[in-house]
Amino acid sequence: MNKILFFAQLRERLECDELDLDVAGLSVGELRQQLAQKNKRWQKWLLDKDVLVAVNQALVAADSRIGEGDEVAMFPPVTGG
Amino acid sequence: MIRVQQADFDMNQEYQALISDNSSSGAVVMFVGRVRDVNQGHQIDELYLEHYPEMTNKYLSQLERQARALWPLENVSVIHRVGPLQLEDKIVLVGVSSVHREAAFEAAQYLMDLLKTNAPFWKKEVIEGGHNRWVEANHKDTIAAAQWAEVERLA
Repeated sequence: MNKILFFAQLRERLECDELDLDVAGLSVGELRQQLAQKNKRWQKWLLDKDVLVAVNQALVAADSRIGEGDEVAMFPPVTGG
Repeated sequence: MIRVQQADFDMNQEYQALISDNSSSGAVVMFVGRVRDVNQGHQIDELYLEHYPEMTNKYLSQLERQARALWPLENVSVIHRVGPLQLEDKIVLVGVSSVHREAAFEAAQYLMDLLKTNAPFWKKEVIEGGHNRWVEANHKDTIAAAQWAEVERLA
């Protein structure tokens, strides 16, 4: 099982802060595609916008594979500092 | 030293921390980022800073290690505030001490540039009329961070 977290504007637009899904074996890009199928709103915010993805709290590229138990987080480009 | 906190920080205390137990640091650089009145064309009333708690400390600690691998640094302090902030509040401190100024200046800029594009913080502004607005990432910041890739590659 994997925990998928959403932050900031993405969390608000999806109206979802956390999902529990088994997505081990998928790449991060494939996971975005799969989640985007939920509806038009998810498609817009997960595919048409810039989204950063972290696996186990480290930023990763779209082709990075998700492992069993990994924590996946999706969020907009960061704006701290 | 990495800290993510809601509370304000005291500059003199942080300066003392940067020079404590260390008479070899001839150079100390302290950068402070604060809430300014106008951003991206909007008048700001207040700010809310969200973060991804499990990742922020982890990333900032890694960033400190990266900086130490590139420059001979003595003490390093990164403090980032989260939660509600008001106009003129301090948001972030990057402090570096080193034997000479070149390393201190460069490392402070490096830490700030990478924090801006990689550390999971997001600003939400309360603007005129009480409306909320998520701050948009700045392309200039991405370019600034990318320029350090060559320095990292040559190290």
